[in-house]
Order: sequence, then structure tokens, then C-alpha cells
Amino acid sequence: MSNPLATIVSAGVSKFGVREGLYARELFAEAASEAFRECPNLSPRKEIDGLFVGQMSECYEHQAHTAPMVADWAGLLPKPAYRTEAACASSGVAMRCAIFAIQSGMHDIVLVGGVEKMTNRPTATVTEYLGMASDYPFEQWHGITFPGIFAMMATAHMAKYGTTEEQLAKVAVKNHENGILNPKAHLQKKITVSDVLSSRPVASPLKLYDCSLISDGASCIILTNPKLAKKLTDTPVDIVGSGQAQDTLGLFERDEITAMNVTKLAAKQAYDMAKVDAKHIDVAEVHDCFTIAEIMAYEALGFCRQGTGGKLIDEDATKIGGKIPVNTSGGLKSKGHPVGATGTAQACEIYLQLTGQARERQVKGAEIGLTQNIGGSASTAVVQIYRRGD
Amino acid sequence: MSAAQAPTIENFYRFCTERKLMGVACGECKKVSVPPRSLCPHCGSNEMNWTELPGKGKLVTYTVIHVSPAQFQELSPYAVGIVEFEKGARLPGMIRDIKPEDLEIGMELGIDFETTVPAEWPRWPRYFFRKP
Repeated sequence: MSNPLATIVSAGVSKFGVREGLYARELFAEAASEAFRECPNLSPRKEIDGLFVGQMSECYEHQAHTAPMVADWAGLLPKPAYRTEAACASSGVAMRCAIFAIQSGMHDIVLVGGVEKMTNRPTATVTEYLGMASDYPFEQWHGITFPGIFAMMATAHMAKYGTTEEQLAKVAVKNHENGILNPKAHLQKKITVSDVLSSRPVASPLKLYDCSLISDGASCIILTNPKLAKKLTDTPVDIVGSGQAQDTLGLFERDEITAMNVTKLAAKQAYDMAKVDAKHIDVAEVHDCFTIAEIMAYEALGFCRQGTGGKLIDEDATKIGGKIPVNTSGGLKSKGHPVGATGTAQACEIYLQLTGQARERQVKGAEIGLTQNIGGSASTAVVQIYRRGD
Repeated sequence: MSAAQAPTIENFYRFCTERKLMGVACGECKKVSVPPRSLCPHCGSNEMNWTELPGKGKLVTYTVIHVSPAQFQELSPYAVGIVEFEKGARLPGMIRDIKPEDLEIGMELGIDFETTVPAEWPRWPRYFFRKP
């Protein structure tokens, strides 16, 4: 196994959900406070020397220039603050940038997080804002929504591989079961396959319960180099592999829409860097913005062969206690999907799992974890691999 | 509109007002791209020339959208899909006048053009798909 790229010494997540009366900056402060509290050996105001934040949209709060704003609310002024935008992969990309900063030596200890405030707008408006991450003159202009884009992937995947609506529904049922065990999750609600199948159509074959939640929330990790990490915590988590790849903005411009090639490319970079492969992964958080996206992630990450993602969920392999537990946090489906916060929220869950702090949803003996965060119709994919530190 | 026009998205939609579906063919690698662009995504060449695409293609995938943005709510539910006109030349758009249960991957669809010009950007009529 390779040397760490950077090391996580703490993590914090706000409660995800409908957080009425709270601004994005206030949610970010909630997450940052938890990360600071969980790292008592660190003096955040003195020792944190930079902040990276992922946030998708200015539209929800009519607020741009949000990096200094969250730095202020986290008590980190006048330290440099950087914002990244890659739709739903905004904070996955922020993590990559933070890794570069640590690797270069330009920063020693940084706060890396993400935030989105979404529920203050009606669903049709949120649908439009999220759709801004698709191609304007060819997709948005023709009434194609984000659920519509993933629905087109689902239609093609079902036709090519025989994936069924029941198999998609099982992803939702599993992730809701996990979300019940996560007090930070937006929903703690058990659902059945028939609940999913009878929920109202959003974009066929996807129904309401195939879709992730519109949520408010923030998440962050404290990232440093392995040497400083030893002084700050006895339970570090090393990032040992990181990969990123891009694809066309529009789904229609790709030859292949039933395989998430961009995830395959990012995963290959991360696996090669970490010197591990799919069979070594003990626990994974993948980007289940829609149930079909989790099935396609299984295949692209190598948890099963191309086209057999539906079979993997049928075998219960991705449940807690299964061969490769996926989305123990509840995933975007049940934990919620405040889009900018999702990438680092995935890292927070893996941090908890690898440090043995995941309570009822703990994967026993987990040592190596993986996160897969995608933006838009998978125009961006970020895959990171984590190892329990010494 | 003439073939001398720059290979831009705006000019693509201008051609639509003349009921023409236009892509660009690379002078180097010969591959066809749509939307048009000045730099070939396959080989990097700058030699991109307009080429008219066939008005018929095959349905690659589709969905029926029930939850839509505000400006499309009057049409909801409506079908959209991706149609391949020739290798590498695909477009997404609305599918009109076909019952959802009759949609099938691989079916032949034709392209048609709206005659009304919307007031918003890009101020060009939309194309859409229908039975050929």
C-alpha cells in the first residue's frame, strides 16, 4: 500500500434535512464546530491555515462569493478560503484541491467542506436550479431535467442488461434502512419495495423514492499532512488514493450511456495510486443521487461486472454485513443531498467507519474505504480511497 | 444561412429556422459532431465544415418527465429522448405525438422544427422528434 497523500484528523456534519430559518453559513458553522470539538488537540483559529469549500449554486440564497463568508462563520478569517464548483461533486473536488495544497506544502492544516441550502425554494425551482448543471442549449432548453437524464440512463440500462424497477427499488430500501441508524440523516423512515414502486412518477422509470432528497446541510473534514496528524490525533484516517475524470456536459454527446466511464477512469487512478483494487474495499459511500446511479457505480467501481449491478443488490451484498457495504450513512437517498455538502459528507462517513465511531451502522473491522462523488450527469467523477491510520 | 457561417451553437439554431439539421464534419478525421464546434473533440483539428445530417435517426433512450421546471409545467408529462442521426451525431429533445407505451429503443424517429420563435434566449425555434 502506498504512502498517504494527506490525513484526516477530524470530521463534522450538520444535521441534514429541512433546516428552516438557517442560512448556508450557519449550517457550515454547525459542521465546523463539530469537527473542531472532535479534535481537542487543535487550536483551529491559530493552526488551520486555509479553507476549501464546495458549493454548487448562488441561486438558492442569492449569494455569491461564499468562501469568505463560510470562513468568517467558521472563525477562520483572515486565512485564505477557496470555493470549488462541480455541481454535486463540488466538495469532492474541494477535497482534491486541498490534497494538492497539503502535498505542495503551501498549506499545513486545512478545513475542507461543502454546503448547500436548498429547501427554501419550491420543488419546481430546485429542479430548475439543479438542471443548470446540465447542458443549457440542448438539454435544459428542451425541458430535460436531472431526474430525466438519469431516467434515460435507467431506460437504456434496463433494456441492455435486464435491470428491473424492483432492483432499483431495493437500493432505496437498503439506503433507508441505513439512514434509520444515522441520527444526522434527513429521513429516518423504513420503506418497502412496494412503497417505492407505487410512489408517484418523476421521470419514468424513476419514481419519487428512486430520487435523493432535497436537503439543507453542511459537512467538513480537517486535513493535514501525515506528520502533523500524529500530533493531533490517535485515530487518523489517511487518504491513499485520489482520482478525477471529466466527461461531456451533455449525456447525449456520449457513445456509452449504460456504463459510467468517468467513474471507471477516476477509480482506476485512485486504485492504482493506493495500490489496492475493488476486492480490498471494506466500505464505500457512492453517489446515489438516483437509485440507477448506485447500480451503475457498483459496476464502474468494479464491485461487480458491467451489467450485474442489479444482481449485486438482489444478493444483499451491499447491505451492512454484506460482502461490500455501500452507503452505510443512508446515502444521498436517505441521509439527504445538499449537493455541495455531499462529497465531504461521504468522507465524513468513511472517517467514522474507519475510526470505529459509526455506532449501530459500524462495518466490523473496516480498514479501507472508498468514496465516489459525481457531478451533473457524471460529467465529473471523483474517487478517493482511505485507510485507517496507525 | 450559408456554409460559410461559423460553427457555433447559435448558427445551429439559425439553420433550424430553415428546417435544416446541421452538424460539422472534421476535415482531418472525418468524424461528425453535433453541437457544432470549432475544435474537433476527436482529433483537435480546426478544420470543421458544416454538413447536413439526415432528418431521421434511431431512438437511443427516452423517459417521460412528470416533474418539470416551471416553464414546462403546461406540457407535463412529456416524453424526451436521445436520437442518433449518424454515428457520433446524437441530439436530445422532446418526442411529440407518440404515446409513452409506444416508445421503444431503436425505433426510427424524424426531426421537426417549431415554427414559433420563443422570446427567451437563444431566441431560435426548438427542434423536436416525431414519427418520420
